[in-house]
Amino acid sequence: MPLRIYYTIFAILMFCTYLTVQMAFLDLGEWNTFAALAIAIFKATLVVLFFMHVKYSPKLTWAVVIGSVFWLGILLAFTMTDYLTRGWRTYG
Amino acid sequence: MATLLLPPRHYLNDGYGIKSWLLTRDHKRIGLLYLAAITLFFFVGGAMAVLIRLELATPVGDLVSDETYNKLFTMHGVMMVFFFLIPSIPATLGNFLIPIMIGAKDLAFPKLNLASWYIYICGGLFTLYALVAGGVDTGWTFYTPFSTVSSTTNVIPTALGIFVTGFSSILTGFNFIVTIHRMRAPGLTWFRMPLFLWSMYATSLIMVLGTPVLAVTILLVALERLFHFGFFDPAVGGDPVLFQHLFWFYSHPAVYIMILPSMGVVSELVAAFCRKQIFGYSFVAFASVGIAVLGFLVWGHHMFVAGESVFASMIFSALSFLVAIPSAVKVFNWTATMYKGSISWQTPMLYAVGFIGLFTIGGLTGLFLASVGLDIHVTDTYFIIAHFHYIMVGGALMGYLGGLHYWWPKISGRMYPEFLAKLSAGIIFLGFNLTFFPQFILGYLGMPRRYHAYPPEFQVLNVLSSAGASILGVGYLIPMLYLMWSLRYGKIAGSNPWGAVGLEWTTTSPPPTENFAVTPIVTWDAYEYGTRVKDHVA
Amino acid sequence: MLPEATHDQHHPALAHQFDSLAAQSEATTLGMWVFLATEVLFFGGLFACYAVYRAWYPEAFAAASRSIDITLGATNTVVLITSSLTMALAVHAAQTGKRKVLMTFLVITMVLGVVFLGIKSVEYYQKFTEHHIPGPNFSFEDGKFNRHAQLFFSLYFAMTGLHAVHMIIGLGIMLTMLWWSWRGIITPEYYSPIEISGLYWHFVDIVWIFLFPLLYLIGRHAH
Repeated sequence: MPLRIYYTIFAILMFCTYLTVQMAFLDLGEWNTFAALAIAIFKATLVVLFFMHVKYSPKLTWAVVIGSVFWLGILLAFTMTDYLTRGWRTYG
Repeated sequence: MATLLLPPRHYLNDGYGIKSWLLTRDHKRIGLLYLAAITLFFFVGGAMAVLIRLELATPVGDLVSDETYNKLFTMHGVMMVFFFLIPSIPATLGNFLIPIMIGAKDLAFPKLNLASWYIYICGGLFTLYALVAGGVDTGWTFYTPFSTVSSTTNVIPTALGIFVTGFSSILTGFNFIVTIHRMRAPGLTWFRMPLFLWSMYATSLIMVLGTPVLAVTILLVALERLFHFGFFDPAVGGDPVLFQHLFWFYSHPAVYIMILPSMGVVSELVAAFCRKQIFGYSFVAFASVGIAVLGFLVWGHHMFVAGESVFASMIFSALSFLVAIPSAVKVFNWTATMYKGSISWQTPMLYAVGFIGLFTIGGLTGLFLASVGLDIHVTDTYFIIAHFHYIMVGGALMGYLGGLHYWWPKISGRMYPEFLAKLSAGIIFLGFNLTFFPQFILGYLGMPRRYHAYPPEFQVLNVLSSAGASILGVGYLIPMLYLMWSLRYGKIAGSNPWGAVGLEWTTTSPPPTENFAVTPIVTWDAYEYGTRVKDHVA
Repeated sequence: MLPEATHDQHHPALAHQFDSLAAQSEATTLGMWVFLATEVLFFGGLFACYAVYRAWYPEAFAAASRSIDITLGATNTVVLITSSLTMALAVHAAQTGKRKVLMTFLVITMVLGVVFLGIKSVEYYQKFTEHHIPGPNFSFEDGKFNRHAQLFFSLYFAMTGLHAVHMIIGLGIMLTMLWWSWRGIITPEYYSPIEISGLYWHFVDIVWIFLFPLLYLIGRHAH
């Protein structure tokens, strides 16, 4: 793989770090969280695809990556299914 | 047939010293190391069960104090769940058979495999220490805030033991996944694999994806208990129910870690002793993976009365019912395989049939518990106890014993005594049902779990249960004795005593250290009985 | 896996259960990915706690987050991403057989890792002097959030602490890799130890990529 790709990805990651810090100081209401998470997911995807070479890896590697994120999704989504639908809040 | 002899060179006579065992990287020897260790923990856990049932023979708490009783059922659960059932089939039969069944020389990571055994032993010793130093009284579920704030017993050492052992389970699962993906013999495609391998693969997925969540949850409990961090503590606004979410995210799928391997064993047994291809092979294979995946979507049914939202309870309830589908697919397909098969009733088949019957009862009562309304009535009663013992003992343990008998000639090179084995299989079946069926009724009548005393009107059923437990105990001791006896005095088995198909029966009994002299090339489907079997008979 | 001597005709690093180095390296890489899947779920439990309590107590979380030094956190993000770059370059050097470049990049990666841990300990020390360590001595400036801020800091210490433990393990791995490179075990035909160490290091970086906005950047706009 040409070294240029690594440097380009590094530059994008740095820019995204700058961007996410700057955006944190703007008042976007609820969108602050979404923007921060979107940037983080984008950064993580770049690291996985290029630094970790998944873009050039067999399908099985893709399956493991997607599977692990999917299982994390199960954990978060089903836990929140409870917490976001409780009609009361304990110990507040 | 000429008199059979043991092969001159095999994995058991490839070195005799203590080092040749404790530093071995041979998956077969590691499987036997695990076999010895889990048997020890099984009998420790069993001793607790004996004391529990003795105490419950009378309505008043006369044998042990209430505090001791709490420690007894906690240690019984911890030992049986984490140190016996979870590693039972995967770490022993799985370790021994997976490389042989796929035609490989060993697992992908033999050193990690040995490391997993040592990690398991470390975890076990921690837990044994906790037991000797006074025990722990939280129940095997470690519910907060009792485990973090109130309990004055050895929560930390026990939790540490389970945390450490979790890594051995992760390593086992991870080794199996890589091995099954990467080390299959030429020609052995996924749909030519024996169903035991499919079930071990599904089990490994759960081990790898579920166990870490338990590990981190235990870590948080330890932090909260040691340093008064707040994660589940209402005093700082935390929610104890969140602990239950995280705990059951692992511990519900963990039930499938226990039952899926047994299902794999039963598929092998039913095919071998009915001399037929498994009916609907691919359905059974996908059902294993389906159970593994669905198993992760149902954990909330443990919390219907814990303060979970009604909406979440409904979702979890509906998803829980779905697990019945792949489970039923398996039961129907085994039955369909037996239909018009030429069944030979040897000991492993007795266990297989026992499994199918008892698992069906356990599974169907699981449906009762999946429905919110009924579950609220029987939560924390003996109905639950009976239900999960039908799955874990009637199911998982029956499959384990069936598999142990079926592959014993391969493991040891010698046959077990058939008459005694059939007798003890009968004793176990009888003792099991006598122990646990009354508990369904007790639970339905409202007897709560985890109490050392109860109203006198429950005594008849409790005495029945205790009597059954003593029969069950005898049933477990007999196989241990005659299997050890057979190591030396058993009839020489030959490479394929059952006339079964499958790569493991093509090598010698016991197999050589490298499993096969030449890497096999597989050109046939699993269970080609009737067409290929004649080439196989020794 | 440690390389071990087998038969003379084989590569010294080839384990007996594999037919070829290529098959062995495919298996170890897959193994590392499966291990990382485990790690995702390991941290996942903490992220689930975080999600629940952040949804329950958004104001307390914002107030507590503001008390952490954003400069230290942002610097650490830059340090860690840079170390990921040098790690990727180290893997590249191993692939192409440039031993000195490989060793240089491994050393830089380790130095950056140590810098990260150093900055982290400065940050922990600040929290200690401010009585932000959860427990009996905890106190938070804004008394209104005294209880719920403890939840935030419990999660902050658990998440960053667990991440730091992973960094320390990573440094140990890097040290081993440096030793192996120096001894000449790592060659273009056998570089999978470097590759899978790289995967681990990048994973630890990814965890931080999420920890940074979730712990340091909430509620900044209010001040």
